[in-house]
Amino acid sequence: MRTDELVDLLAKGEVAVDPGASLRRASVAFAGAVVVSAVLMVWQLGVLPVLGEYLREPMFWVKAGFAVVLSVAAIAAALRLARPGAKLGAVAAALAAPFVALWLLAAFSLLRAAPAERGSLLFGETWAECPFYITLLAAPVFVGALWAMKGFAPTRLRLAGAAAGLAAGATGAAVYSLHCPELAAPFLGTWYVIGVLIPTAAGALIGPRVLRW
Amino acid sequence: MKDAEPRLRGLLVQGLEGDAVAYKAFLRDLASHLRGFLRRRLQRIPDEVEDLVQETLLAVHNQRHTYDRNQPLTAWVHAIAKYKLIDYLRRRSGREDVTETLDEELEVFASVDNEAADARRDVVKLLAGLPEKQRVAIVCMKLEGLSVIETAARTGMSESAVKVYVHRGMKALALMIGSAEP
Repeated sequence: MRTDELVDLLAKGEVAVDPGASLRRASVAFAGAVVVSAVLMVWQLGVLPVLGEYLREPMFWVKAGFAVVLSVAAIAAALRLARPGAKLGAVAAALAAPFVALWLLAAFSLLRAAPAERGSLLFGETWAECPFYITLLAAPVFVGALWAMKGFAPTRLRLAGAAAGLAAGATGAAVYSLHCPELAAPFLGTWYVIGVLIPTAAGALIGPRVLRW
Repeated sequence: MKDAEPRLRGLLVQGLEGDAVAYKAFLRDLASHLRGFLRRRLQRIPDEVEDLVQETLLAVHNQRHTYDRNQPLTAWVHAIAKYKLIDYLRRRSGREDVTETLDEELEVFASVDNEAADARRDVVKLLAGLPEKQRVAIVCMKLEGLSVIETAARTGMSESAVKVYVHRGMKALALMIGSAEP
């Protein structure tokens, strides 16, 4: 077939596109997945009984804030990586900022604490389940985010998969923060970060296969 | 070629708003640029240049909804061309670790080559391998040039179904053209 003929074929019929369609589809998928994740948390884990008191604790807001800010930054990164040729630019710094802030807080808290207290600041009472539950709650968002990404045309598939995974992990952490009783920065800086990075690594791993077009 | 970017971008934007004549001019110009760009990179396999020109054109067409009008067109086209080139080289060599260092985005519009050879694969022949509804929708709209309304009337599909089947069919063709033996 001659290329002229292909051009004729491609330009025939309706060539207009709705530029917002993929974004709308992605928003609906993501919002739906967050609802599934929240229902899963309420149904399987339950909302923290003392959540009302926690709302007055600054560290609760640090915990939820870390997850929400990271989630927003990761969504922004994923949307950039979803389009051919778009650059990450300042979004890369926005991705690093929540980690740096949390780790600074964790280091400060560990330095200030008596040596005997450091273990409990780091491990709390739920360290063994925290990364697992964050990953579990991230799972619906992970599926939704990758499906949404497929409505676009990512060209750096490993990075795009990682960004979708990070958005899922951070959103899972935000949902989990409504169940989780821990408030110490060293705990959050370790186990929340591990929980967030598991879906990120999974996204980087399967991105090249599932996002191919 | 300094003015290629604004001219091509203008044509594409008109095309995205539904101007088929502008869109056709965009694709035809883009084909010449892609041919120049790819021919320099596939010097050892000149017979396959036209295949990849067509594969990249089809990719640009299928992904045109991802072009953000505030973004330089050069960067967008370059990213798609590079993605399809690396994909092609990987398939050809059967290896995963193929990389190309094509960092200069301006390159993609830097040359024009109007000497089109025939591609070895035929998109129209590949149509036969599509599911029935996708094939019929594409034949009506893309080969016979019927409108969405006419296609819907002839095939008994709804208008939105016609659009969906054309879109899915074109994406399936893009995958087939990548895996088909010439």
